[in-house]
Amino acid sequence: MVSRLELLKSSPYFSGLSPAELEEINRLVFEKRYDREKIIIAEEEKAEALYFVASGVVKVFKTSADGKEQILAIIRPEETFNEVPVFNGGLNPASAQAMVPVVVYGIKRGDIEAILRTKPQVALNVTRVMAKRLRNLVSLVEELSFKRVISRVARILLDYAGDGIASGTRLTQRDMAAMAGTAREVVGRSLKALVEDGAIRIDRHRIIVTDRDALGKIAEQSL
Amino acid sequence: MITPQIDRDKCDGCGLCIIICWHHCLVLIDGVVAIVEGIDCDWCTECEAVCVTGAITCPFEIVLG
Repeated sequence: MVSRLELLKSSPYFSGLSPAELEEINRLVFEKRYDREKIIIAEEEKAEALYFVASGVVKVFKTSADGKEQILAIIRPEETFNEVPVFNGGLNPASAQAMVPVVVYGIKRGDIEAILRTKPQVALNVTRVMAKRLRNLVSLVEELSFKRVISRVARILLDYAGDGIASGTRLTQRDMAAMAGTAREVVGRSLKALVEDGAIRIDRHRIIVTDRDALGKIAEQSL
Repeated sequence: MITPQIDRDKCDGCGLCIIICWHHCLVLIDGVVAIVEGIDCDWCTECEAVCVTGAITCPFEIVLG
C-alpha cells in the first residue's frame, strides 16, 4: 500500500508542489478503512472530504428509485473520488462503495479550500483533472446512448484487461451490467457472443482477451 | 483454488444456489451456504444469477491473452 506522502507526490492534484508544500498538505490528511461492500459516501448526503484510494477498489454509482444501479466510475489505487461536491458545493451526487477491503486517505473540504486559496498551482491542477473527468463522462454518455450492449461490454473488457498476470480489479457480471447500463443476463449473452466471435475466451474465473483488435472493433460499433 | 465469494451476512439460506449448482459445490451449514472443499467449480455463475440477496458472487479477472 502506498504511503500518504507518496500518494500526494504522485497525485495530479499536487503536481509541481515542493516537498515542504507536500509535507504541509500531508499534515491535513486523515486515513479511513472500509470492509468490502461498506458504503464510504452516500448519495444525497453532505460532502465531507476529497478521498484518495490508497489500497483496494471503490465503485462510484447512482441508484434509481426502483433500485437499479448505474456505475459511473471504478476508482483504483492513487485515484480520487468525491471531487464534485467538495469543489462545487451541495450534496454528494453519487454513492461510493468498497468493492474489496479499502483504505482511503481524505482531506476535509475546508482544508481543500484553504489549499486552493494559498497554492494556485493546485487550483490549476484541479481544473486539468476536472476536464479529464468531464471527458470520461462524455465518453460514458456516448457509450450509453450510441453503442449496442455488446460494444459497451467489449469496451469494459478492454479498459479493465490487465497485463496477463494480474489485473487487480475483478468484476462480476452484475458489476459489468451496472457499468454498461443493462441487465446481468444481457451481459451474459454478450460474453457468449464475444466468445463465439473469438475475441475472448473464458477460463473459469478469467476472461482472457484473445483478439484485442477484434474486441476493439466490436467496442467501436455504433447502433 | 479460487472459489465463488460468499457474504454470510447476506445469505438467507434459501438454498436456490444449491439446487442450481451442476457440480454440487454448495451446501448449507447452520443455515448459510458454504462451498464444499475439493469439488471443482466450473464458474458457470448460475449460483450468482439465482441469488436474490447477492450473497454469492463470481467475480471475473479480465486479462490480456
